[in-house]
Amino acid sequence: MSRTDLQIDDHGRLRHFLCTRGLNRQILNEILDTAESFAGVTEQTVKKVPLLRGKTIVNLFFEASTRTRTTFELAAKRLSADVLNINITQSSTVKGETLLDTLRNLEAMHVDMFVVRHADSGAAHFIAANVAPHVSVINAGDGWHSHPTQAMLDMFTIRRAKGADFGALRVAIVGDIMHSRVARSQVHALNLLNTGEVRIVAPKTLLPAHAASLGAQVHCNLADGIRDADVIIMLRLQRERMQGALLPSEHEYFELFGLTEEKLAIAHPDVTVMHPGPINRGVEMDSEVADGPRSVILEQVTHGIAVRMAIMSMAMYSKDSESG
Amino acid sequence: MPAKITQKITISNGRLVDPANGIDRIDSIHIDAGQIAALGSKPEGFVADTTIDATAQVVCPGLVDICARLREPGLEQKATIASESLAAASAGITTLCCPPDTHPVIDTPAVTEFIRLRAAAAGHARIVTLGALTQALAGEHLSEMAALRNAGCVGVSNALQPMRNPLVFRRALEYASTFDLTVFIYPNDHWLANNGCAHEGQVATRLGLHGIPEAAETAAVAHNLALIEQTGVRAHFCRLTSGRATRMLARAQYDGIPVSADVATPYLFLSEIDICDFDSQCHLIPPLRTIEDRQQLREALQQGVLSAMCSDHQPHEADAKLGPFPATEPGISGLDTLLPLGLRLVEEHGIELTDLIHRLTAGPASILGLPYGTLSVGASADVCIFDPQASWQLDSSTLQSRGLNTPFLGWEMQGRVTHTLLAGNPVYTLKAT
Amino acid sequence: MSGLEDVVTIIAGIADQLRAGLATAGIDKPAMVGIHTGGVWIAEQLHRQLAIEEPLGSLDISFYRDDFTRVGMNPVVQPSQLPFSIDDRHIILVDDVLHTGRTIRAALNELFDYGRPASIMLVTLIDRSGRELPIQANITGRHIDLKPGEHIKLTGPDPLALVVQTSP
Repeated sequence: MSRTDLQIDDHGRLRHFLCTRGLNRQILNEILDTAESFAGVTEQTVKKVPLLRGKTIVNLFFEASTRTRTTFELAAKRLSADVLNINITQSSTVKGETLLDTLRNLEAMHVDMFVVRHADSGAAHFIAANVAPHVSVINAGDGWHSHPTQAMLDMFTIRRAKGADFGALRVAIVGDIMHSRVARSQVHALNLLNTGEVRIVAPKTLLPAHAASLGAQVHCNLADGIRDADVIIMLRLQRERMQGALLPSEHEYFELFGLTEEKLAIAHPDVTVMHPGPINRGVEMDSEVADGPRSVILEQVTHGIAVRMAIMSMAMYSKDSESG
Repeated sequence: MPAKITQKITISNGRLVDPANGIDRIDSIHIDAGQIAALGSKPEGFVADTTIDATAQVVCPGLVDICARLREPGLEQKATIASESLAAASAGITTLCCPPDTHPVIDTPAVTEFIRLRAAAAGHARIVTLGALTQALAGEHLSEMAALRNAGCVGVSNALQPMRNPLVFRRALEYASTFDLTVFIYPNDHWLANNGCAHEGQVATRLGLHGIPEAAETAAVAHNLALIEQTGVRAHFCRLTSGRATRMLARAQYDGIPVSADVATPYLFLSEIDICDFDSQCHLIPPLRTIEDRQQLREALQQGVLSAMCSDHQPHEADAKLGPFPATEPGISGLDTLLPLGLRLVEEHGIELTDLIHRLTAGPASILGLPYGTLSVGASADVCIFDPQASWQLDSSTLQSRGLNTPFLGWEMQGRVTHTLLAGNPVYTLKAT
Repeated sequence: MSGLEDVVTIIAGIADQLRAGLATAGIDKPAMVGIHTGGVWIAEQLHRQLAIEEPLGSLDISFYRDDFTRVGMNPVVQPSQLPFSIDDRHIILVDDVLHTGRTIRAALNELFDYGRPASIMLVTLIDRSGRELPIQANITGRHIDLKPGEHIKLTGPDPLALVVQTSP
């Protein structure tokens, strides 16, 4: 079963949201437009709408994450849904319930939607392929593969900052591309929206094999990568990368790839700086940039709620629709 | 073998294909006392108890499968010696070689003996074993290879487990060589492979799957070839997956190094593209590589650089494949498709039938050092008769193995085994429908 | 379509009734809320003609509809704007066409999410047959009976006009 079949129902509506690949530009724009409506809601005094009242959404997190889980929880509650948080941390020595059994048990409690985060690439796809027909699955991040809601909130943020003409934009994504599901989803979404130039920037050890086949220009030099860029997205560098002989030190990484006001001079004067968070100050960027006027990092967090509200409502309702 | 009254059997009028003896002609075979008695006219005083009419069918030596996991002892929830040897018989396979990674490992004569007895009790196919190169396959201490050889192991191997270091590996090769044992090597640099689950290429990059670079195989092949040459051991590379490795092998063979290699059927039909929907049925170790590699493997098989094609049979219970791709167990259930997919190579990819049959009979038998895989007079009457025109579909009712884990389910197959004889005993007959 | 004067005339008539109704009820500082999109057009006229001090509020009831599951998400939703507190206020709720009553039901739910009004008076330009809920307008411009398959629609904002359409 191809991912395209899984994500879209017979009427072309969103059913599961697993990855940006397999969707078309129209659906992406629909998500962004719907998110605009919800952004309006979240800015009001009454932040709730009754859209998903009576629906039960389960945050099924196999990887610990407070940030993402909290935003999904908030988004679900603003839609008046009931939310269940389930954290399953897997220990390699303890083989517990199979994933499928966990799923079936939860389905027996009549839930309507799973928001899933898992360490294995393809996990959300597997769950979507095995879930009951009335249940929708939203991918909150699977292994190195995809983090589509993050990509969408980043697209939303770019659209708000730079306008809807992505064709005029040069966007650079800097950091640990190899291990990043965020980067893969962003590159794909940017291409789907016809972005003028999509660039990925990293040392060779942090680039996947055949990096260019992801659909971006590849740079191993920060200056080349961010020259005249309109948007720069910095990715988080995890501590473990120093252990795996991928990098010598955070210090050298910051020297070569970290953002400072000085290095930003080479980008477009109106460059917007983004980061999916949480930031490592002094590694990906210094505080001057993180807190400076070009940074929209906190807005990304706000937008994350509206975008997730949009995606959850769109996916929830496609299955109830009558034909036509 | 259970004591049976062996019949006199004549197989008449079939296309006899016996690459070991250069035979490809329409003729008859006569079997007596479990051996090939004569080709062509029957011997003096021979009266057949049974005649099998093989008109329009191919009669070849019973297939020899260089690697099939039977899951017993230790993993009986997946399959058993009884179930898989029966499946083998229905697929025309009369000799199977089982690798040492059972539970417990084949590092004592007791385990070899257990398997031998189980196989004999079932009586459907002949099962030979590879003994462990190191104790518990832990890659550290030599196993009692002489004892294993005396118990009947036809070679030794460390299967998919890494060796502690090159020095231990060199010593293991030398020790094996002392007893004239062939070492079966899975060329894999454990550290370069880095727990990957897919070929490190475009598809794995896109899907975010941990990649196993081609260098994990080629670096190991280079390293192993140096030690094979140094020690003079007779070695065999198991399941090559990359074109580059086959070229390295061809050069080594040209230089006279005693090294052979095989390829497993799936790698001749599938590639990294087939995992693009996270299809766990295509989760294999070693991984499926590029389309170019697939083409080069076909060429190397045709040229004989790869002198055997095996099933690499790995039956699994359903749960083993039900999960996110990296969490599933690798392996395809391959006995049922060994011959039919081989015939597809003949039909669609330019391999001669005689060459194919060689890679399924004399080739593997020679690697294993066994007197099977031929229809020579006096040889054990292991015979496979198949109808090359028969069309059938591989599905859960036609699949004989207990493992249903194969991405070839639903494929139309051409070529079906009608009779299998093991040492002159009919162990399989296709039921007429 | 016969017997329907232009919309401006109907609105003037409503404005008169409204002035009288507010006086009778003793309400001197009402707040007005129009329902997108047609109700807002009507409310803008009434708001001006009655010279209401409080700025005009608007409601988009998309998120409160009960037929949401069938029609799906409408991506273009204007956020509701209520530039005043609802609590203890007398609200004049304005819509263009009162038909099944479901839009008003949704609007009432949404208003109550914002606070607890002292009262709500419903003003509608057209009241047509086909009610499915026990909802009535306090003030109506015109009552219309339509044949099955006919729909009446307000077009605008300039000029405002009523159009009857027949669905095939």
